[in-house]
Amino acid sequence: MKPVQDSYASSKDINRRAFLSRSAMGGGLLLGFSLDTASAAGAIGKPISVADMTGFKPNAFISISDQGVVTLVSKQPEIGQGIKTSLPMVIAEELEVDWKDVRVVQADLDPVYGRQSAGGSTSTPTNYDNFLRLGATARTMLIQAAAQAWAVPVAECIAANTAVHHLPSKRSLRYGELVVKAAQLAVPSADAVRLKDPKDYKLLGSRIGGVDNLAVVTGKPLFGIDVRLPGMLYAVFEKCPAFGAKVLGANLDAIKALPGVRDAFIIEGTTNLNGLMPGVAVVAESTWAAFSARRQLKVRWDEGQAVKDSWDGFVAQAKTLARQPGTTQLRKDGDPVAAFAAAARTVAAAYSYPFISHASFEPQNCTAWYRDGAFEIWAPTQNPAAGQNLVSETLDVPKEKITVHMTRSGGGFGRRLSADYIVEAAAIAKRVKAPVKLTWSREDDLRHDHFRAGGFHHLRGALDKAGKLTAWHNHFITFANRVTRDGKSILQPGSGASLSGDEFPGRWVANCLLEQTAMECAIPMGPWRAPGSNVFAWVFHSFIDELAHAAGRDPLEFRLELLGNKDVMPGTGERGVPYDVARMRRVLTEVAQKADWGRKKFVRGQGQGIAFHFSHRGYIAEVAEVSVSRAGKLKVDRVVVVSDIGSQIVNLSGAENQVQGSVIDGLGTMMFAELDIQRGGIVQSNFTDYPMIGFPDAPARIDVHFLKTNQPVTGLGEPALPPLAPAVCNAIFAAIGKRVRQLPLSRVDLSWS
Amino acid sequence: MSQYSLNINGITRQVEASPETPLLWVLRDNLDLPGTKFGCGVGNCGACTVHLNGVPTRSCMTPVSTVGRKKVVTIEGLHAQGAHPLQTAWQELDVPQCGYCQTGQIMTAAALLQENPKPTDAEIDDAMSGNQCRCATYLRIRAGIHRAAQIAVERKGKV
Repeated sequence: MKPVQDSYASSKDINRRAFLSRSAMGGGLLLGFSLDTASAAGAIGKPISVADMTGFKPNAFISISDQGVVTLVSKQPEIGQGIKTSLPMVIAEELEVDWKDVRVVQADLDPVYGRQSAGGSTSTPTNYDNFLRLGATARTMLIQAAAQAWAVPVAECIAANTAVHHLPSKRSLRYGELVVKAAQLAVPSADAVRLKDPKDYKLLGSRIGGVDNLAVVTGKPLFGIDVRLPGMLYAVFEKCPAFGAKVLGANLDAIKALPGVRDAFIIEGTTNLNGLMPGVAVVAESTWAAFSARRQLKVRWDEGQAVKDSWDGFVAQAKTLARQPGTTQLRKDGDPVAAFAAAARTVAAAYSYPFISHASFEPQNCTAWYRDGAFEIWAPTQNPAAGQNLVSETLDVPKEKITVHMTRSGGGFGRRLSADYIVEAAAIAKRVKAPVKLTWSREDDLRHDHFRAGGFHHLRGALDKAGKLTAWHNHFITFANRVTRDGKSILQPGSGASLSGDEFPGRWVANCLLEQTAMECAIPMGPWRAPGSNVFAWVFHSFIDELAHAAGRDPLEFRLELLGNKDVMPGTGERGVPYDVARMRRVLTEVAQKADWGRKKFVRGQGQGIAFHFSHRGYIAEVAEVSVSRAGKLKVDRVVVVSDIGSQIVNLSGAENQVQGSVIDGLGTMMFAELDIQRGGIVQSNFTDYPMIGFPDAPARIDVHFLKTNQPVTGLGEPALPPLAPAVCNAIFAAIGKRVRQLPLSRVDLSWS
Repeated sequence: MSQYSLNINGITRQVEASPETPLLWVLRDNLDLPGTKFGCGVGNCGACTVHLNGVPTRSCMTPVSTVGRKKVVTIEGLHAQGAHPLQTAWQELDVPQCGYCQTGQIMTAAALLQENPKPTDAEIDDAMSGNQCRCATYLRIRAGIHRAAQIAVERKGKV
């Protein structure tokens, strides 16, 4: 994903004007959650408006009342990554406010906030510097206001603990006392304000609990599924298990006669696999009335072409394709053919992994209300603009007539970057004269995901007499949808289902051939936490481990030699990204040291494995320690993680939680996650046949270390996940001598004697 | 549709629902108690856990007609001020990520602590094995239960 730099700090004045003019109009800019009131799910839909507040509002993100309450706006979607706590901390640090004086409100989708999307671990890197300046700008103005009030030089005043202090006279003014004066001052240019020295940070790098924690643990309405509006109806939407099937007809009259059912109708849909798919809507007076009426629904489908897709068919097709050259050459360095011919030793292996679902715990849902030609939408989304765009395009309503409120999301993992469930809710609401909440069942959620694609890698490596890697060849067989772009029909690989020629060890091996062939399918695909990386790291670091063992060398030493002595490896081509080899060497060396690599002795059945991966701007290395019982039961005893994600950890508590969660998510996914495809649809239906990892399989210990480097601050929602699977599989090999080349692990016999 | 008189968090509530309606949806849609979550609908994930006469129960698999006079406690009724030792510990240790499963986790853990005020890791894993967390906050949940056990002792000491 290409990083997008937000520009609201530099174009602050324009944004401020836009914000203030809207303030004058008194429009409801913000969705508020009345957490202080007793449980009432209705509160979730009741907007409160910072624009309506009185006090000091230097920009669209900060409002300070004359009572000294500091309201900070969280512009990004909160999906469990902790951004609603961490980005406001960045403002609060520079603003010099006590965290207890801060309250955080969730923004709606609004251009005044810049880009609002939780994807690619970009929320922190694209907002961090701007947010420091937003806080510093407000602090500068408050100091100026106090200096004027006291008629003293600004230089004699400091800000701390939600107040300005004049040290020579030992006087203080609380921010609340300064808001009237500060509001009259001109806003200084963001570039002109002085930022704090990071060594003086009080808040950043400390452990701050999530701002919604109290609401979470007391069950207050927070999530999309908790939205409740007066007169709201409840909807379900039945789609064919075979992707893209059209509706021929349904027993609508029988459904409409069922208790509690208000309406039932066919939605023709579009051919966009990631958009509004054809289906049948049932609208009722309660969720259960809709769910139970749906059980009586009989739909006749035109299944079309999709039914030819099956996982077994793809496996067979991939086998045939592997014997041919790839259709696309991603990279060719040196003379791979000659290098393989001259090798002292060659190793070949095939790796494969299945399609998987995101399975975010809150099933997809969305509430939409269509009135007077305009939509108001409440959605648990990672990408509200995608929802607005898709609704606008599909239902022919101008974007400015579509308001999107972001609720907290019960997990994202990339699933809610898609907007299919939003456009479904909107399409249903357009037919109904009331607000409608669409709720997917778990079965809908599992079977109608935008899946992480499966894949097949056919790898060969060449070693010279010294055990050095001299050549690398990969033919990657992947999945693509047929789409029309600029009037042309093309095959577009799924998100994360296309290999970059620069992916490690591309660029490092003198003789390297990377090829790719895509199999056409009608299965919707989408980004899944650390797209591409979440599988490529496993395949490549498992195979590198095979090569190290074939060469009779220590897996760490073999990797360090492969990384080489260069400090930076430039990217290839116009879009290539440089790889900071020095940062990776350092995390790799550190993780080995912290895990006692090579010093710790293991009995048979136990072992250590190591892996590293660069993704989403993060440099991360992991060591896993495992025990495998003779019967083949795996237990991960300990994982050590060393990360370099830049110069500053924003919220230490949130950062550790993300790393530990990524490690266990990576483990659960490699152990259990697998979808079978038959007749163009998903076979699995619920957590009974698509199990989640639970307490017994969670590692007893996950040690998390952050190396602070003089590098930009980056995000942590994704990069700790990819190295886990190869570290564990390499540890399994060390423990029992079995190499895992197929996921999930539940398919692999790990017994030994 | 039938009429039911339910004891929810110590208060008698009248509900009109079809007999097979899961308690989960009665709580969420009829009684405006959204803290009990819908995760799977088949009793597998634990997000919908409530107490029936103190026993952790999957409300998504409990037809309203079977509740009778049993005392139903939901997350909203676990502690009047939201300050059950588990709720305190969860905030102290910053357990949640997305938070969606956490009310179910807390309800199962509350029943565990009721029976076993000082559980070991193994006892926690066993009691909690039916509650899943997609964000995988398992280590903090474990730590949170230990901390809650400690808080309960500290509070007793103060009384």
